[in-house]
Amino acid sequence: MRKRAMGAAHLAALSALAVAVTACGGGEPAAPSAAPTGSSGATAPAAQGGKLVIWADPNRVKALKPFAEQFGTENGVTAEVKEISKDNQQVFLTASQQGSGPDIMVGAHDWIGNLVQNGAIDPVNLTEEQKAAFPEIAMKAVTFNGQVYAAPYAVENIALIRNTDLAPDAPATIEDLVAKGKALKAAGKVKEVLCLPVAQKGDAFHVYPIFASGGGALFGATATGDPDPKKVLVGSADSVKAFDRLKELGEKGEGALKTSITNENYIATFAAKKCAFLISGPWAMGDVKKGGFPYDITPVPSFKGGKPATPFVGVQSFFVAAKGKNKALAQEFVANYVTNKDVAKALYEADPRPPALTAALQEVQAADADAGKFMEAGKNGFPMPAIPEMAAIWEPFGIAEAAVVKGGDAAKSAAAAQKAIDSSLKN
Amino acid sequence: MAHDAHAAADTRRGPRPRREVTTAFVVSRVAVLAVAAALLLYAAPPLAADGSWVSLALLCAASAGIAFLYLTRRFVPAKYLIPGTVCLLAFQVFPVLYTVSTAFTNFGDGHRGDKQAAVTAIETGSVRQAPGSPEYALTAAVRDGELVFLLVDPKTKQVQAGSGRGLAPVTGAQVGITGKVLRAPGFTVLKAPEAAARGQEISKLAVPTRGGVIKANGLSRAVEGRASLVYDAACDCVNGENGPWRADGARGYFVNARGDHLAQGWQVNVGFGNFTRVLTDPTISGYFLGVFGWNLVFALASAGGTFVLGMAVALALHHPRMRGTKIYRIALILPYAMPSFAMLLVWRDMFNRDFGLINQLFGTNVDWLGQTGTARAAVILVNLWLGFPYMFLVTTGALQAIPRELTEAAAIDGASPWHGFRKVTLPLLLVALTPLLISSFAFNFNNFNAIQLTSEGGPFPAESPQVGATDLLITYTFRLAFGAGGAQFGFAAAISVFIFALVAVISAVAFRRTRKQEEVYA
Repeated sequence: MRKRAMGAAHLAALSALAVAVTACGGGEPAAPSAAPTGSSGATAPAAQGGKLVIWADPNRVKALKPFAEQFGTENGVTAEVKEISKDNQQVFLTASQQGSGPDIMVGAHDWIGNLVQNGAIDPVNLTEEQKAAFPEIAMKAVTFNGQVYAAPYAVENIALIRNTDLAPDAPATIEDLVAKGKALKAAGKVKEVLCLPVAQKGDAFHVYPIFASGGGALFGATATGDPDPKKVLVGSADSVKAFDRLKELGEKGEGALKTSITNENYIATFAAKKCAFLISGPWAMGDVKKGGFPYDITPVPSFKGGKPATPFVGVQSFFVAAKGKNKALAQEFVANYVTNKDVAKALYEADPRPPALTAALQEVQAADADAGKFMEAGKNGFPMPAIPEMAAIWEPFGIAEAAVVKGGDAAKSAAAAQKAIDSSLKN
Repeated sequence: MAHDAHAAADTRRGPRPRREVTTAFVVSRVAVLAVAAALLLYAAPPLAADGSWVSLALLCAASAGIAFLYLTRRFVPAKYLIPGTVCLLAFQVFPVLYTVSTAFTNFGDGHRGDKQAAVTAIETGSVRQAPGSPEYALTAAVRDGELVFLLVDPKTKQVQAGSGRGLAPVTGAQVGITGKVLRAPGFTVLKAPEAAARGQEISKLAVPTRGGVIKANGLSRAVEGRASLVYDAACDCVNGENGPWRADGARGYFVNARGDHLAQGWQVNVGFGNFTRVLTDPTISGYFLGVFGWNLVFALASAGGTFVLGMAVALALHHPRMRGTKIYRIALILPYAMPSFAMLLVWRDMFNRDFGLINQLFGTNVDWLGQTGTARAAVILVNLWLGFPYMFLVTTGALQAIPRELTEAAAIDGASPWHGFRKVTLPLLLVALTPLLISSFAFNFNNFNAIQLTSEGGPFPAESPQVGATDLLITYTFRLAFGAGGAQFGFAAAISVFIFALVAVISAVAFRRTRKQEEVYA
């Protein structure tokens, strides 16, 4: 099979040569002001030498293009929106380091810690007035070490989506939800009690509200209220209790949490009316609507007498690349253009995620109640920790979750996760 | 090209007869020269723009060398060797050297750039707006050819001109409703496109004030800020909040007295640090033997299993009385023709306990990827399905090369079909296929996709979440290097050096044994 690898190497060589040849055929690419020829590039006509390059994921490219173009025309520059489809954060970091990165990057706020430690982004200076136009949680999410590093544009969090044909009333507690789900299952109306992805490796993001309601926590807090990477609480007594609650909901208990429900099938199962309750975010709504049944969105309920079920809140943001070639333009675009209500609304229309800008959300809400309901569900949420140390949490936490869902011992699983996290953080 | 070789032979023999110029000769020569020229044109401008003169000189020298080689009539053997050698250097030697040199650094998240870049990032990141200072409306303008900021205080509407020397009041300026200066005596106000074109100058200009500096924030606003962390070259430290932060050249961080470090670090040489970490880290050494053992089983089962299965099918189709072999062959090659990425994901979903095809088909309720034994069987089964068509193909080819007379003669001599196969066909097949089996073993030893896209290394025992039951060394160490601590390229490179050594040793031993075997049967 080494042959196959060699073949691939040759193929790569060939394509590299092909690229070289086409570059040659297209004329000498020396002049930096030459208009980009890529099909994905949105080219504004009046180019005076300035060029603004924006990188975004496939969903957002289409939404951004008209605005980038308009911004380009207003400022007499060429604006290009380029699609990055995989590993966006790593691609951005590597390209930035080599000097071939963009001026503006679009991504989730929890990248900030890693981007800052790699010196890849610059702070964004928003006026007090601009800051006040966002909900507090959005500004808190993009603030790292007391400095604002991004302009938020959409807020995402998970909520409980339910099929109102099957479950007309919103459950007040997790116990109610499970009871209703089990009753429906016993009546043969659904196949699963709850559609929440667990999979073999666990899914900390989706289970977090239930874990938090059970009293669990990931980090202690620093004096300023930020998550403290020196105080990991995954193995604390309270977290063990929360893992025990997950175990009760698991395969050997109520059967509401199952490792066979994964990120690939949980939305489809709900859309096919095989379960009455789905815990997911705005990204699920496209498929849910295709299911063709009435639904409602409410906050994830908490345990009876438990703590509030706080979901993680993710804030989609615009970053100014520290190694961009045109930082003044990038700052102008991020601080003064993206924070505009019309831009926020149009981004919402292209990709319906609740806009971060309060004024835009209010207008959007009138036409689309879902956005407001998601926002409501995330109001008391917990901004996803942006510290780089969060990377050490996901996997051990997920494995502990999967273990207790399968019926494993909560104390042992939590202690092992704590040990694994501590050893990789060298606490 | 064949003609070229003939011509070369002629040159050596005779007194340089005029060489015959064939189409193939001209085309191949033009192709090589075109590729070299294209590479030169493609790579030279960015190198020149970057000022990497050494690389540019190397590039020009290499291009000139290639041009000379293919324009001259001499050095015929070199004409054939150069393309392969260049590819070998570019795609084999350079990556290996780069990996090994990376293994001696702490290159990774937090340590990507050099110290200068870290200092810049620290200082920029620490700039806070001076308390109580206004949010100026900014208009870029030119005075006597020099870029200046026309700053309007939004409250007092007072206009000031800021340059590298400081602030000076401006009189007689006309301010528009948006707060921008429309015109001012003595200044040429830049229109938006003109200002955008000078964006780099605008972001560089710093107007010194009593409390800090005024810098542009985009093209329409400016704020007075102060860096709370400042690098001092005299003490090689960063002064400011919780400081002083002294540069620690061994770790690539600025560290303070409390042992904390600033987030932004830089790349340093750590010597054998990554290698000793591989050897001494208890999360690696504690699990190494178990993972290594399963890795061997997986690679052997994959290579051996695919070979046995592929050979059995090839033998069946090779039988003279077999009909419709073409149809069978096409059907058998299908798994090989389909993209393995997609097939691995499809298999993963087929093994799902509640939604998977396999449990539905057999009416079972097995948590295939959730238990050690079944998960291991599942990944081997998937790999078998993906790999056997390749073995089937090569065995079919090798079988054609074995004369049928040999097996017929064995049969006449009274050997049973099994005996004939065991003593005649198999040894002859192995002579041809052993090198392929060894490379198949080496490939499967590091078959990252087969694990990562199906079981992701799981199931993971709750007591030791670091290592899963189907983890290969490569998936296990991938998680160590790129999971919990962000990307750690230096550490990952050190691990790949170790894995390379392991595979190289195993392959070398196997090849040595093959050579003995060939001597026996040759």
